Amino acid sequence: MSKQRIVVVGNGMVGHKFIDTIIGNDETKYEVITFSEESRLAYDRVQLSYFFSGKTAEDLALTDAAYYEENGIKFVLNDKVVDLDFDNRNVITASGRVESYDKLVLATGSYPFVPPIPGNDQEHCHVYRTIDDLEDITKSGETSKTGVVIGGGLLGLEAGNALVNLGVETHIVEFAPRLMAVQLDDGGGALLKRKIEDLGVHVHTEKATTEIVAGKTSRYRMNFADGSHLETDMIIFSAGIRPQDELARKTGIPIGERGGIVINNHCETGVEDVYAIGECALWENFIFGLVAPGYQMAKVAAAHMHGDSETEFTGADMSTKLKLLGIDVASIGEVHGKTPGAQSYTYHDEIEQVYKRLIVSADGTKMVGAVLVGDVEAYGTLLQLKLNDMNLPANPSVLILPSSGGEEAAGMGVDALPDTAAICSCFDVSKGDIKNAVAAGCCSMGELKASTKAATGCGGCSALAKQVLDSELASLGFEVKKDICEHFAYSRQELADIIRVKKIKTFSALLDDCGSGLGCEICKPAVANILAAYWNEYVLEDAHVGLQDTNDNYLGNMQKDGTYSVVPRMPGGEVTPDGLIVIGQVAKEFNLYTKVTGGARVDLFGAQLHELPTIWKKLVDAGFETGHAYGKSLRTVKSCVGNTWCRYGVKNSIGFAIDLENRYKGLRSPHKVKFGVSGCTRECAEAQGKDFGLIATDGGWNLYFGGNGGMRPRHGDLFASDLTDEQVRTYVDRIYMFYIRTADRLQRTSVWLENLEGGIEYLREVIINDSLNINAELEAEMDNNVANYQCEWKTTIESPEKLKRFKHFINSDEGDSKLAFKIIRGQRFPLAKEIEITELV
Amino acid sequence: MDMTSSNTNWTDICPINDLTPDAGICALYNEQQVAIFLCKQTNSVYAVGNFDPFGEANVLSRGIIGSTEDITYVASPLYKQRFNLATGECLDSEEHKIKTFNVRIENEQVQLKEAS
Repeated sequence: MSKQRIVVVGNGMVGHKFIDTIIGNDETKYEVITFSEESRLAYDRVQLSYFFSGKTAEDLALTDAAYYEENGIKFVLNDKVVDLDFDNRNVITASGRVESYDKLVLATGSYPFVPPIPGNDQEHCHVYRTIDDLEDITKSGETSKTGVVIGGGLLGLEAGNALVNLGVETHIVEFAPRLMAVQLDDGGGALLKRKIEDLGVHVHTEKATTEIVAGKTSRYRMNFADGSHLETDMIIFSAGIRPQDELARKTGIPIGERGGIVINNHCETGVEDVYAIGECALWENFIFGLVAPGYQMAKVAAAHMHGDSETEFTGADMSTKLKLLGIDVASIGEVHGKTPGAQSYTYHDEIEQVYKRLIVSADGTKMVGAVLVGDVEAYGTLLQLKLNDMNLPANPSVLILPSSGGEEAAGMGVDALPDTAAICSCFDVSKGDIKNAVAAGCCSMGELKASTKAATGCGGCSALAKQVLDSELASLGFEVKKDICEHFAYSRQELADIIRVKKIKTFSALLDDCGSGLGCEICKPAVANILAAYWNEYVLEDAHVGLQDTNDNYLGNMQKDGTYSVVPRMPGGEVTPDGLIVIGQVAKEFNLYTKVTGGARVDLFGAQLHELPTIWKKLVDAGFETGHAYGKSLRTVKSCVGNTWCRYGVKNSIGFAIDLENRYKGLRSPHKVKFGVSGCTRECAEAQGKDFGLIATDGGWNLYFGGNGGMRPRHGDLFASDLTDEQVRTYVDRIYMFYIRTADRLQRTSVWLENLEGGIEYLREVIINDSLNINAELEAEMDNNVANYQCEWKTTIESPEKLKRFKHFINSDEGDSKLAFKIIRGQRFPLAKEIEITELV
Repeated sequence: MDMTSSNTNWTDICPINDLTPDAGICALYNEQQVAIFLCKQTNSVYAVGNFDPFGEANVLSRGIIGSTEDITYVASPLYKQRFNLATGECLDSEEHKIKTFNVRIENEQVQLKEAS
């Protein structure tokens, strides 16, 4: 059977979702081709604003050319479909390209509505929809002091946030009497306005712009209907969206009175084999301007093409929860008093600036809607009550009242939710889906995210998803098995607690206490690491030597041919010319491959076991210490020169970096740890990509935590701002030890943080407010580690007994005769298996 | 070299004190690299070929000793495949087996002999 040819017009979020779904249904059955008038494949428009806080177009991308190519999807960018020929089943593009279809999907999305105000088409007047728009806005921002957003809805406030990020004085002009008129009631809108104004953003409501003319003090002047005016250098129109139905209009596909391509419950349009999905589609006279309903339509259309006519689109919930300008806002259900007899409960805290209103049915048993501003914790519970039409508790006010004295908020437990309850609306994951995932073996949020994608979109449901996960695990009688291996029925964290509390100093003592068998390559290095983190004894003591991975065991990283790398420590990346000369001499003498690392130091490769002591003797004599490149321990503290040399530096980042590196060097932890210290907000040391990152500001240090590069790069979360050197050391001491105490084996700080219930806020509670009352212990443990630091290489070369092991043969002075090398670019490389090393010209 | 005599006789390698408890060392024996392990808990000595057939490097003496059920094994330091120290069988792949040697402690000396 030949493949069905599906043409998808538009490669936005929903178009991409459709493609992903249909090839997921059966990739062999379909040939898919998609067109985009934009220059990029689908990207995440929901996260568009993050473009201004540093995300790039690549970060926002939902897919890439490689993925499409791998899956046989053809795509055409920068070419708009301008006509359809239903008789011959062809689409025709602006460039004249003609492609045939068996099924056609219109996913053309929407366009921003620009009010017909005279002067609205001048330079520096923008809309807020695509990455290209944002690039134009950024450009205008460079030459503007003041900026105005016309429209105080959801997207308008995001655009306002963009202007704030660009550093221009920001005004929001709204026609209606309140902000977010669709989602909020008067009380919520008023508090939101106040909060936004507290941030220095000017909000003007009930203003109708009549014209945009040349300004006196700024580039433009906006005149309002009430006679007032406002001067500004740039304008962003964000006055709502309109369905992009131009193509449908032109070709006679039925359109609604006020626009939008009319679809039925299968997302079919009025023309055979033509579907419409997303913001261009009109269902029951309604346009859904959110991504989740668009995704549902994509799935329905894909299912229908695949022969499933049971799955239908039957409307979608328009509840939203988001953070605008750092302010939490949520809206659920109907909030404008259109439900007859509805009554409401209102909680309004002017001090903390929290507004919550719960609207209930006339008989008080069901929820109608809710508005939350400033505190949206109740969102998950309220949304489920609404979506599942559940009965309210006897006293519904408890749902919005702040919980008192540590009592659990009187919400509804997740157990009360039906299996059909949607937990993650971005990826349409129901409670039932999570149950199935748990039954199939998911035991952690990380696993759940990987298998269901729940909580990986906007992330708004992560707390709820975690609750469902935990409750499922518990109800299945799952004792979550976290045993480190067959020799210990304990997790790494439990072993660390046992070692700390019982003051156990050796692996064999631990094995006697709570283990069995001989141990293995999993538990031995893990325990060696914990012992080192608490007692900080020399890792090559007789009792420890057999526990170490070969890297720790021979104080170097084993390379693929069995040789080792040599990495002297260079705190902060600082090295004297004399030091550099010694490194060069050593490398030359032992013919070591030499490379500068990303951690701002020098790696020497290819040293044999018996050469290590001589090499290190020379390095130690020249004042170098081991760089612990082999340990799960502090690696490097990357730094810029800061205010010592740099014209822009605000603080002495290099000095502080050296201090920090010297304080934490050698400290073993569940995984390697890197620091970055930047002397100003230009962030040349890439501190946000490190486990601990420090950025100097006029007010002090900003401390970031939980960043990393590697397979899944992550920026650190801002832990605290404007800290003194001493505060940084104290907080880092505590966080570092808390991580050592509680992380899993080989768990980076980023993953640890993500799995920490309560996240960065909980961590702040523990570290800053001492909520667990352990800070004194943590600091004492760190002080003990710092006091017991030793350069392991120095200790080793001073011990003839230890040096006996640094020979290839116990009974001969020869080296490994099997080693073979090849010279490339003037240096040697191992001639190892499977690697064809070719010289690059 | 007289292979017959060295094959049938025990050869002194090193004093017992040169072995590291619960870890391995490598010895040169009949032009072969032999990994020798001293396991304190079970009070046993093992000898196997030093060559890791997966990583194709002479590194097994630098692996970690472990146990699963009642098998004592060494895990390669390169890619962690486990080899039964008594039989040389790989626990993670039936295709690979490493050589074993007879080993004993006699008069405080570690001695090797080719396995028959």
